Amino acid sequence: MTEQKNTPSLAFAQTVPQEDIPQSLLPEQQALEIENRVVEIDSHALNFGPQHPSAHGVLRLVLEMEGELVARAVPHIGLLHRGTEKLIEYKTYQKALPYFDRLDYVSPMCEEQAFALATEKLLGIDIPERAKWLRVMFAEITRILNHILNLTAMGLDCGAVTPALWGYEEREKLLEFYEAASGARFHANYFRPGGVARDIPTSLEDRIGVWAREFPSWIDELEGLLTENRIWKQRTVGIGVFTTEQALAWGFSGPCLRASGVPWDLRRNQPYDNYHKVDFKVPVTRQGDSYDRYLIRVAEMRESVRIIEQCLSQMQAGDIKVQDPKFSPPPRAEMKRSMEALIHHFKLFSEGYHVPAGSTYTAVESPKGEFGVYLVADGSNRPYRCKIRPTGFAHLQAIDELSRRGMLADMVAIIGSLDLVFGEVDR
Amino acid sequence: MADISVNPMQARLEGQLCSLAFTFLSTQPHVSYAAVEKGELVVHTTRSHLLAFLTLLRDDPRYRFEQLMDLCGVDFPARAERFDVVYNLLSVTYNRRIRVVVTTDEYGAVPSVHHLWPCATWWERECYDLFGVLFSGQPDLRRILTDNGFEGHPLRKDFPLTGYEEVRYDVERRQVVKEPVSLTQDFRDFDFVSPWEGMLTLPGDEKAHEVRQGMKRSG
Repeated sequence: MTEQKNTPSLAFAQTVPQEDIPQSLLPEQQALEIENRVVEIDSHALNFGPQHPSAHGVLRLVLEMEGELVARAVPHIGLLHRGTEKLIEYKTYQKALPYFDRLDYVSPMCEEQAFALATEKLLGIDIPERAKWLRVMFAEITRILNHILNLTAMGLDCGAVTPALWGYEEREKLLEFYEAASGARFHANYFRPGGVARDIPTSLEDRIGVWAREFPSWIDELEGLLTENRIWKQRTVGIGVFTTEQALAWGFSGPCLRASGVPWDLRRNQPYDNYHKVDFKVPVTRQGDSYDRYLIRVAEMRESVRIIEQCLSQMQAGDIKVQDPKFSPPPRAEMKRSMEALIHHFKLFSEGYHVPAGSTYTAVESPKGEFGVYLVADGSNRPYRCKIRPTGFAHLQAIDELSRRGMLADMVAIIGSLDLVFGEVDR
Repeated sequence: MADISVNPMQARLEGQLCSLAFTFLSTQPHVSYAAVEKGELVVHTTRSHLLAFLTLLRDDPRYRFEQLMDLCGVDFPARAERFDVVYNLLSVTYNRRIRVVVTTDEYGAVPSVHHLWPCATWWERECYDLFGVLFSGQPDLRRILTDNGFEGHPLRKDFPLTGYEEVRYDVERRQVVKEPVSLTQDFRDFDFVSPWEGMLTLPGDEKAHEVRQGMKRSG
C-alpha cells in the first residue's frame, strides 16, 4: 500500500478531492488506495429465539454477552399478541370464556376458573356443591398436566430426553379425562359462570381414581431420573437464584415465590371453590434457585393427587350448574318440549345475561402462579373491561435480574424453571 | 339472590378491610373514596398523592403491601379524566388485597412506581402501549405488546376492533407489508339486547302500561 503512494502515475489523482468521486468510478489502483478500516466492536449480542426450541414459544431474548457471561438479557415480547382483552369487550360473558383456554394453553381450565369466579362474584351467584368439587378436581388435573409438561420440557432443555418421552404418555391419560368431561382435549371450555358445562360420565370417577393410585409411582420414576441426578443438579442448583425480597418485589407468585421461601398459596390463603375443604400441604423451599423450583413442582404434583383423591371421595351426586335458567342453559331434551326453555336457551345464546355494574379483581392459583382477572362490568351483557393478569409476564420481566452474570447455557435452565407460556404472556 | 357463601376466614378478612377503609378515609385527606366492594378494598386517590400513598402502603408495618400484582388502565371516554389507572396490591404478610385507583387523561402523567416495585416497569409499559397513559419518571416507556411501528392505543374505547392496518407477507416484494384494513364485509356489531326490554311502552299498549306501572290507579 505505502509503495503505491509514491508511484508517479498516482500523483495527479491525489490532488483531486476524493470525496467528490464515488469509489466505484475511481481507477482500480486508486480504489485500492483508500484504506479499509476494520472496526471491531466487542459486543456479542445473541438473539435467543423467537424460534429457539428452549424459548418455550415465541420469546425473543437479546443477550448481551461478555465472553460466555450474560451481561444483560432483554426480553422482547408481544410476538403472539392477539388482542384478547379487546376481543373480550365485544363478546358476551359466555362467549368470552373460550378465550381463556387459549391464554395459557398448557393449563386451560385454571384460567377459565378465574374468569368464571369473577363473573359469578359480580352476578352474586353461588354454584352447587358438585360443580365446586368438579372444578377443584379438574383444576388439580390441570396442575399436574402443566407441571408434567414444564418439568419434562425443562429436563429436555438441559439434556434429559427420557422424562419428556415418559411425560407425554401420562399427559395423554389426563387429556383423555379432559376429553371425557368436556369433549375437547385442550380448549375445554368446561368451567362456565354458574358451574360447569356438563356432568362427567359415570365411569370417569372410577378411571380417575385408578389413575390417581398409579400416578405417584410415575412421580417416583421421574424423581429417580432427575432429583439426585448429578448432571441435573449441576445444571440447576444455584442457577437463577432469587431471594425472598427480590421475589416479592418482582411480583413473583406460585411455585417461583414458594421456592424463594414465601409460604404463599392462594388455594390455602384465599381459598375459592372448595379448596378450604381439602387437606393438602404447601411445599416451600429456601434457596430460590432453579432446582428448588423443580422440587416445588414435583411436591405439588403429589399434593394434587391427594386433592384429587379427596375430591373423588367427597363428591356427591347433584346439580352441576346453577338451576336458574337466566344463567345456565336448560337441558337439550327439555328445550325440545318446553316453550319457556326454548326462549331461555335462545336468549342465553344470543343476548346472554346482564351482569350488574361493578368491578372485581379475582385471582386463582394457576399452576404457574397467580392468574388474575380484573373485570369491570357496566350492567350490559358484555364485559366493559377485562384485564388479564398473566403470571409469566411478571416472571419473564425478572429474567435480566435472574440471569445476571450467569452463563449462556444456564439461560435455558432459568427459562425452563420459570414456566413461561407465551399465549399467556402476550395475550 | 343469595350472597356468596363465605368461609369464616373470609368473613374475618372483610372486617379487617372495612376498618382499613375507615382508617384511610379518616387519616388520609387525599383519599376521596374508600370502601369494601364485594369483599375487596377499593381506594380512590389523586395522582399527586399517589406515590406517597403507595410508599406508605408498602413500607408501613401496619399495611405491608409488598407485592404489586397488577397495574392496568380502564377507559371511560365520557369522563373529563378518561382513564382509570388501577393498582392491585397484595400483602403476603397480612393476606390482604387493596385496589388503588387514580384517574388521568391523555396528557396528565401518572408518577411511575418502578422504584417501589421493579415489576411495575412492564405493567406501565403495557398500560402506555394499550391506553396511551403517560408515566412520569419511567425511564423505559416503550411499547411492549403491539407490533413495531404500531400507531394508536388499541384498548381505548374509540379504537375500532378491526384496527386500521393489516400486515401480510407480499410474495412478489418478498417482504412484510402493511396495508389499510380491507374487510370483505363490514364489521358487524350485533346488539342482541331485546327491544321489548328497552322499550317501556309498546305502541298501542299505552293504557295497559300505565296501569301496570301503577301510574294510573283505577278506582
